[in-house]
Amino acid sequence: MATANTFVQIGSTVTVGSGGAASIEFTSIPATYTDLIVKASIRNATGLDHMLLQFNSATTNYTEIIMRGSGSAATSYVLSTLIPSTNGLESGYVGSDTNIFTNCEIYVPNYAGSNYKSASIDAVQEANSSTAYMVLNAPLWSSTAAITTVTLLGQTYNFAQYSTASLYGILKY
Amino acid sequence: MTAGATYTSIASTTLSSTASSVTFSSISGAYTDLVLVISARAASGNYHTLKINSDSGSNYSRTWIYGDGTSASSGRQSNASFIYLVTEVIPSAASTFDTVITNINNYSNATTYKTIMSRGNNSADQTGATVALWRSTSAITTLLIATDAGGNYQIGSTFSLYGIAAA
Repeated sequence: MATANTFVQIGSTVTVGSGGAASIEFTSIPATYTDLIVKASIRNATGLDHMLLQFNSATTNYTEIIMRGSGSAATSYVLSTLIPSTNGLESGYVGSDTNIFTNCEIYVPNYAGSNYKSASIDAVQEANSSTAYMVLNAPLWSSTAAITTVTLLGQTYNFAQYSTASLYGILKY
Repeated sequence: MTAGATYTSIASTTLSSTASSVTFSSISGAYTDLVLVISARAASGNYHTLKINSDSGSNYSRTWIYGDGTSASSGRQSNASFIYLVTEVIPSAASTFDTVITNINNYSNATTYKTIMSRGNNSADQTGATVALWRSTSAITTLLIATDAGGNYQIGSTFSLYGIAAA
């Protein structure tokens, strides 16, 4: 039985500075690992928005099925319903309330393989108000390319200061 | 104090030939929690199932929620002889695999029943979550993952088991 730690941070945690940022990007991801995990804590300074996920900066070949709870109803929809520009994967709702950050976890198995890339996305936002959103997403990127870049971006608004994202690699033996 | 490894690869299988099941046996009690990650294709119309310690008694129950792109639904099942890990069908299309992540907390205790939480993702079918209960106080030492209809998992499917150790 292996005893090495298999959950390893790749690079450093990105923290958005005072000027905000349109995106957080992890580039030159090595194929050293088996799976990828992204953990993000995101806020914007403007208003309710969708956070999107892109692989290798691609803007096509994404499909997904989403389930969303809003505090009053549970619904399910496909990508194009709420994101008119189908240029990324739904990775949760992000708001502008002070001190309130959306938590998001993305799991991508076999990211360096030659099959299409399936993933799992969970995102939660809670604001002590009548409406908040939790999102479960089944995404697929129909590309056989190894994932070397992961990008989080706001659909409309920039990420605010103190937003963070970290990338981890999972090794198996 | 030197920190020990807290997230460890216990075993992993990548299918080089088709198979209707994958078994992880002799799972050590050295960890606190287990994480099972599946990325699979299978013959059309099959679902993931799980049996623990070869128990085929009516000792399993589950509650699920899923979205299929049109609506969200929840349901449950009691006194089952196995667990449907998630509600989504396993993809069968070429190059298309699902992503299933299962957490089994406190799996090795010999005092309490075991709760299992799974997230299933097939972008052509459903996204959802299932919580299951195995009504046994035995420590978990074997996990049998199988298709429900006997169809084979396809080549390239991966099954990985990790152990999380409390520091």
